[in-house]
Order: sequence, then C-alpha cells, then structure tokens
Amino acid sequence: MANILVLTELSGNNVKPVTLEILGKLQGHNLEVASLGELGGESVEQLAKFGAAKVHSLKGEGLDKYSPEGHAQAYKSFIESQSYDYIFAGATSQGKDLIPRLAGIFNAGMASEVTNFTMEGEQFSGTRPLFAGKCLAKVEIKGPKPHFVTVRPNSLGLVEDPQSGQAEQSSADVNVGSIRAVIKEIVKGASEKLDLTEANIIISGGRAMKNSDNFKILHELADTVGATVGASRAAVDSGYAEHSMQVGQTGKTVSPSLYIACGISGAIQHLAGMRTSKVIVAINTDPDAPIFTKADYGIVGDLFTIVPLLNEELKKVLEK
Amino acid sequence: MNIFVCIKQVPDTETKIVPSQDGQFIETNSIKWIMNPYDEFAVEQALQVKTANSGSTVTVVRVGKVHDTEALRTALAMGADEAILVEAEDNLDSYMTAKALKGGIEKSGKNPDIVFTGKQAIDDDCLQVPQLLAQMMDIPSVSVIVGFEQNGDKLTLKREIEGGALEIYETQSPVIVACNKGLNTPRYASLPGIMKAKRKPLAKHSLADVGVSNDDRRVHYSNFSLPPEKPPGKTFDATDEAKQADVVKEVVQLLRNEAKVI
Repeated sequence: MANILVLTELSGNNVKPVTLEILGKLQGHNLEVASLGELGGESVEQLAKFGAAKVHSLKGEGLDKYSPEGHAQAYKSFIESQSYDYIFAGATSQGKDLIPRLAGIFNAGMASEVTNFTMEGEQFSGTRPLFAGKCLAKVEIKGPKPHFVTVRPNSLGLVEDPQSGQAEQSSADVNVGSIRAVIKEIVKGASEKLDLTEANIIISGGRAMKNSDNFKILHELADTVGATVGASRAAVDSGYAEHSMQVGQTGKTVSPSLYIACGISGAIQHLAGMRTSKVIVAINTDPDAPIFTKADYGIVGDLFTIVPLLNEELKKVLEK
Repeated sequence: MNIFVCIKQVPDTETKIVPSQDGQFIETNSIKWIMNPYDEFAVEQALQVKTANSGSTVTVVRVGKVHDTEALRTALAMGADEAILVEAEDNLDSYMTAKALKGGIEKSGKNPDIVFTGKQAIDDDCLQVPQLLAQMMDIPSVSVIVGFEQNGDKLTLKREIEGGALEIYETQSPVIVACNKGLNTPRYASLPGIMKAKRKPLAKHSLADVGVSNDDRRVHYSNFSLPPEKPPGKTFDATDEAKQADVVKEVVQLLRNEAKVI
C-alpha cells in the first residue's frame, strides 16, 4: 500500500473532476488530498466518498493567485513534513506547469499526463501517449521519492460505486517564499465553455468551414449539446479560428465522449490529437477523407446542410 | 542581453511513428527531422528581443543526436549568433535534458538574461523541461506564452490557460519564457542567412562534459506500441439532398441508443 497525496485545484468551492478520477483509481491505498486554500464542506464529503482519508487545506501569504514558484514552494514545505511515496495531480493548465517545478525541487522523477496506470503495492506503472498519441509507451519512475504523476482529465473516468467514507480535515500554514513572476491580471477567454481538454463533447471545424463567420453553425450545435468548439490546424492557420481552439499535435490532445469533425480531412497530426475520443462522427464531402477511417459514424455530405439538420434533430431529441 | 534559446529536433508532424523492434523507442532511420514547431516561436522572439536591445547575443542550445538535418543550423540561419550542441541519444528523459541544457548554457560562460523555449516538445509531450530548468537555475518561468512585452527592466508576459483565458505576469530577467503558437510569426531563413550560418560557431559537448550521467535518469520508458485500431465504423451517404434528413435522424438515434453519448 502506497502513501499518496493528490493535489487538487479549486474552481470556486469545487474540486475538479480529474481529482475524483484519480482518487477512484487509487482506492485501497492510503489517500490524502491537499489544496491551497479552503475546501468547502461538500467538496470534502465528495473527496471522502472517493477514498480520501485526510484533506489538508494549506494557507500562506500570496497563494490567492497562481505562480509556479509560490505554489511549488508552498506544496514543498507541506510535502517534506510528511512521507509520501507519490504525488498525483490532474494534467490541467496549472498542473502541467506546477508539477514539473515541484518535482524539480525534490530532484524527483515525474510521469506527465498518463492516460492509465496501475499501482501494485508501492510500484507505479503508467501508460502514456507520445507523439500526440501516435504511439503509446509504458512509463516507470526511478530515483528519489516522492515520485510525481499527472493524469490526463477524462481518461480514467469516475468509478461508479465509490466507497463512502469520512475524511479527517486539517489545515496547515505553509511557507511560500519569494515569487518573482507575479500575475497582475487575468483576462477571460472568449468562451465560457469547458476547455477542450476537459470537454465531454467537442464539435470541430476544418478548412472546409471557409471562414470564421461560418463557425457560427458549429457554436449553435455546441450550445444544443453542451459542447466546446475546436478546430483543425488548417482552419487555425487560415485564420478561421484561434489557436487555443486547435486540436492535434501542435494544438491540444483531447479525449471527449463525443467528437464531431466537420469538414476536417484528417491529417495525421489531427488524428493523433483526437483519436482517443470515445465516439467520433465525421462529416465531409470527400468519401476518401482519412477522417472516415477513424469515425464510428461517417456522413458523406456537405457540412453546411448537415450541421443545421443535426442541430434541429438533436434539439428535438433533447427537447430543447 | 545574453539571450538563450533551447531547441529540440523532433520528427516532422506528418511522420508515421513506428515502434522499434525491441519496443524501447521508435524507429528513427527514415524520419524527417524538424525543429520542434514551438521552438520556432522561441527563436523568433529571441531575435526580436535582440533587435530591441543593441549589443545582445542569441545563443541556441540543443541536446540530442546529430541527424542529417540540424535544427541548430536552421536557428543560426534565422539569425542566432552561436550554437551549443550537447550530444546525446534522442530518448533522454526531461530531467536529464534540463540538466544537460543547464550545463550547456554554463559552458558558454555567459549569464543568461532570458532563456526562451517552446512550451513543449511534440515528440514526448512531457512539458517538463522549461519548469525543471528554471528550478535548477533558481529563476522563475512562465509557460504557454502568447504575448511578450519588454519595457526597460520590466517584462509583461501573457500565459494562455483553459478556454483561451490569459494570465498576465509581470517579471524581470533572468527568467525562462516557454513560447506557444500565436506569440509571433517565425521568419524564414534567408539565403544569405543560410550561407552565413555555416561560418557561425557551433560548440559541441558530450553529456559527461556537462555533468550528466545515466544516474540522472528519472523516467524509464518501455513497451512502445501503436494505439489499438478501432473497428471500422458505419458510413452514410448524404450527398443526395433527399436522403439528408433521414441520415441525420439515423445518426442521432445511433448516438443516443447505440453509442449512448447524447
């Protein structure tokens, strides 16, 4: 049985679902959770339900805003007062930036963005995609402990019948140290939707969208089903969509439950970024487009007529 | 200013990846190698900072094997002044890579003011090196940068987070800046640039020279394999306008009742 600490970010009073995915997968080990700032009572209950035995709220000056240095230093001062074998976190924007620095402080190894793993006794063995998912490899960590692991959101899934339990709550003051790069301002993105990497449904447009205005029909469909809109590199490079929307090897790697590719031919670097989606729908006029080789449901036809029809039909089915 | 850029050489994005026979890495023989796409933004930003600060130099540093193409020469042709290569296998882990980059930078004898990197390498996709290097050098890092402004000593950096939102950081050099697409438009190497690059200094060191050994390995990879192929899906012909409504209806029913995702 391994001693494991799972670091969680707070969004409002809630923990991110990826934290619960990680906890569920590690049930049976000695599981603790730490956050910077106060966790609400409901969150603590939820964490306990998924297996956390202790929940630590860490407090210190200057932790209200994220900084890789400050957050890493704060977690360091807590972690070294305990004895953990593994530190886990979600591979979110913050996790991807923070955990490598924290691992560096301990001169310890880190497995980035695993999509699955086993923990037998104290032995971790992970699976992670490389080359944006063109191949997979087994990853193991050596050297001084604790070892660090980040997990890609949506890849483990939530366990269906979490054991319910009680978590002991504690709070600790941590030393933050100097922060030399400080956030002055946060500018909201154009979209209030879930990020592509966390979205459950993604509607993506390719070069065949022809211009940025035409993305409107994808946004309408996205509103109907609660999806986030993405784009191919061809669409981004043609200026039809922002780079933050790009799915693929030089954009984001995603694994939603449903991925609808509209007017995307399916370049190898795009397929790499979305092939782990559970269900793929492709709409394209070219029956030989490579995207159809990855699609569960392919529709050969013009997206400009199919997408609005799809929207109408889904509205009916979902009674919107 | 002493400006450094860390670059990596990676398989072209169009490459079909094939695991090696022993499963310990990938087949590297017939690969077309390119500069990691995110590193192009780092080189471009370094050159822009050099132009804005007279007397600056841009040094590019790479850890890896020499293949037929050489990303360092490309960076020199774009306008970098000198290059440092730490020769190593292509499958170092992030910890070894960061330590080797730090050693390579130290070999230059210059104290870095800004170190630019790409936000990630598109081969192992670890996103660890900029942060590890910053920790090892005891300087701050800001990653996924889509905006860079310099005003005297003050640097204002825009970091992209979820949903395209931006965190705006203020900092001073020395700092590591990990660049994202959207930061700038990388220049092409000009023909005179390519000719000049051949005469620019390129220092070579071994891993041992920069104090890195196999004891530094923290992450071990094995069992490289291709992801499982999906069974072929169902395709519907909706080129005929009369059929479109029925096809859409059927697909929606399948999404709801067969795939159960709606």
